[in-house]
Amino acid sequence: MDRRRFLTGATALGCSAAASPWITPVAMAAAPWDTRLVVIILRGGVDGLDVIQPYGDPHLAALRPGLPVGEAGGAFDLDGFYGLNPAFGALKPLYDAGEFGAVHAVSTPYRSMRSHFDGQDILEAGLPGLTGGGLRDGWLNRLLQTTPGLEPEIAYAIGPEQMLVLSGEARAARWSPDAELRISANARALLNVVHHDDPLFRDASEDAIEIVEQIAAEAAAAEAAATGDGGEDGAEMMMMAGSTSRTSDTTALARFAASRLRRDTRIASFSVNGWDTHSRQGRIMGRRGQALADVLLTLKADLGPVWDKTAVLCMTEFGRTAAENGSGGTDHGTGGALFYAGGALRGGQVMGDWPGLGPGDLFEGRDLLPTRDVRAYAAWAMRGLIGLETRVLERDIFPGLDMGAAPRLVL
Amino acid sequence: MTFDPILAAVRFGNGLSPDVTAPASVADMLTLLAGPDLAAAAYPIGLFDDIRPSQWDFRLVSSDIQAAETDADREAAMQRRADMRAASNELWARNTTMQLSRDVTTRDGMRERLVRFWADHFTAPPTNGAWRYHVYPMIEQRIRPHIAGRFSDMLRAAVMNPLLIQYLSQTQSIGPQSEVGQRTGRGLNENMAREVLELHTLGTGGGYSQTDVREFAELLTGLTYSARRGLSYQTNKAEPGAEVVLGRSYGGGEASLDQVLQALDDLALHPDTARHLARKLAVHFIGPEVDADLVTGMAARYLDSGGALMALYEAMLDHPAAWGADLRRVKRPVDFVAASLRALAVAPAELNDWPYRTVARRIFRPLSAMGQTLHQPLGPDGWSEDDAAWITPQGMAGRITWAMQMPERMLDRLPDPRDFVFHALGPTPPEAVVFAAHAAETVPDGIGLVLASSAFQRR
Repeated sequence: MDRRRFLTGATALGCSAAASPWITPVAMAAAPWDTRLVVIILRGGVDGLDVIQPYGDPHLAALRPGLPVGEAGGAFDLDGFYGLNPAFGALKPLYDAGEFGAVHAVSTPYRSMRSHFDGQDILEAGLPGLTGGGLRDGWLNRLLQTTPGLEPEIAYAIGPEQMLVLSGEARAARWSPDAELRISANARALLNVVHHDDPLFRDASEDAIEIVEQIAAEAAAAEAAATGDGGEDGAEMMMMAGSTSRTSDTTALARFAASRLRRDTRIASFSVNGWDTHSRQGRIMGRRGQALADVLLTLKADLGPVWDKTAVLCMTEFGRTAAENGSGGTDHGTGGALFYAGGALRGGQVMGDWPGLGPGDLFEGRDLLPTRDVRAYAAWAMRGLIGLETRVLERDIFPGLDMGAAPRLVL
Repeated sequence: MTFDPILAAVRFGNGLSPDVTAPASVADMLTLLAGPDLAAAAYPIGLFDDIRPSQWDFRLVSSDIQAAETDADREAAMQRRADMRAASNELWARNTTMQLSRDVTTRDGMRERLVRFWADHFTAPPTNGAWRYHVYPMIEQRIRPHIAGRFSDMLRAAVMNPLLIQYLSQTQSIGPQSEVGQRTGRGLNENMAREVLELHTLGTGGGYSQTDVREFAELLTGLTYSARRGLSYQTNKAEPGAEVVLGRSYGGGEASLDQVLQALDDLALHPDTARHLARKLAVHFIGPEVDADLVTGMAARYLDSGGALMALYEAMLDHPAAWGADLRRVKRPVDFVAASLRALAVAPAELNDWPYRTVARRIFRPLSAMGQTLHQPLGPDGWSEDDAAWITPQGMAGRITWAMQMPERMLDRLPDPRDFVFHALGPTPPEAVVFAAHAAETVPDGIGLVLASSAFQRR
């Protein structure tokens, strides 16, 4: 068994070494554009109504008696209609500085089935649906494909899980902080499935997964320290080891992303998970809000002057039900919010056509009605940042998308 | 609400195995329990009295180290102590894998579960963590032989268990009027008496008073243990005179152990004890809330039989509540690991080949992460029967981590998760788990998801 263990260990080491940036050649062709695009996938289905609270809508408070909104919940007023959940309060200064904003009542074309897997697949594939497309790659990868000959380091998929959004024919670099201990996003999602009907296990597992991730990050850091990996990336690992907060793993991802984006990398993508708030939403939001704020603030701090030419899009597979459920949470819904940040975008605003939350306004009588395809905002961001033509965006990157009128998104 | 082989294996045993058939009927279960202990014969664990190195061996080598006159002597003695520690660790590991081998291979799964139940009922964690390797041999000698016998015999054996006597400070309890008490001015320690009444026999709320506790403590004086002399009854520490416990008088003439044993026998047959044991068994095996008529029925059959444990088990298994389809309890970490190894059919030859370090990495440390440091519960009341105390974020993280990682390390070849879901959960697993087993990205993930599922974690 020891020999087997040794072999297993050696393989794991070999894999992580192959994916490690410090042994790849430093010479690479620069991309023909200079702006930076970071796509953060928020897995689990973020309750946009709780993060960017439309407290000015007269129906909101009644739908959510147990989830205090607006002034009653300590939210930060944004524009007299929307308020920012206090858990995300660290982002208020960024909002005031015009570097953080949101779009409300948006969604992917996914409707009515409310499965995490399918929802995420559609979000990352950038397709109208899962059937009949035949495309097996992600929209960020198709973006890379528009410029042949790019070095893989132009785009980074970061973190332990497969990022479909960057998968495909164009080669992208990958980096993950954990070598051996890992629970894949798929396994995490499936754990939610197997525990969905068992409240005792469901609630404990939600928190447990975060702990498991933390154990994984710490083990990876310990391994990096033990094997004496030097250089800049070794330093990244050591910083992780020094951090004690549960969000250490996700901020480590942000730190690594920034270290790459300061150089030749133009596109980075990773996940911030744990948004499936079926119960105890207030508590989970508190932690996830802090985690996401940490990620965005870490990116800003570590990017330095590069922040000014950076756009960060935070996207989720679907929103959640307008009404609170019976366990202090919300269930899988439809319309939600897109969050964005970065010096290249016009923050300090909440965009979107508000459909209202009245009884006749809801999608299928239960969800926030999406008034625009979330892909349109991503497309307009890419058009503004990279200069892609509308025709390419609507045909190759997001098949079937009508980009519509330009939102005031890119500076 | 009738007998079901899957439930029999999952609720009352160590779960399903691809290699071992589940019990065929209640009668089959009872016959196995009443029959010879085949698992113990196949995977032997030595007895407490035979443990080497013993506690006394460690005392001797410590005094050798202190008494050493030269550096060379000291180093030699320290080396011997290090060797003894390594040997005791190996023994601890081996006994652990022997027990797991029994769990993996037995048809008589309820026996293993009952051994853990009663060992927990008479929880006796070693006062020194380094003596954890004494616990399996203690169980082997003082619990296991009695699980299908009379409760009074188990009670006698358990109360005269050196680890319990040390743990509950019985070694410090001296009759104030005894020879030693008079000479030294030392007195009673009521700890053991209180716990025997409250935890082991009558139960919290049982009909006893503080006076009963005190009288019973006086009766117990004389019973003691030391590493050098072993278990003994020392009349010069025993309180003279008769003691009245629950209205019955014991002793009066010369103090003797027989009076203690008589009191234990009477306690074993007290109606409060019958109810306490019945309720505890039913809660442990069936669910957090149990029917009053189940408990009443079990207690009555136990008393009618003159204190036979088999009567308790039979009454429980005969009751429809035993066969409710809802899985209302959660496997404790030790049971979860045992059931996982059984479902994976890990070979005993493999298990018993693991050195201490491997057992520590795969079993001891993960169990601690799940909240059950093996044989080290926090109090004399043993491990919690409250499932919410186990399924905490931290505990669940330990279970998930183990489920996802360890099977791959323990087996050269993992089963196909799409088959394994049926090995582990029987012919009709929940759809969500079947889906997860099919949808997992990797084989280890698929196995891990089945093991981490509440369907597998419950029983």
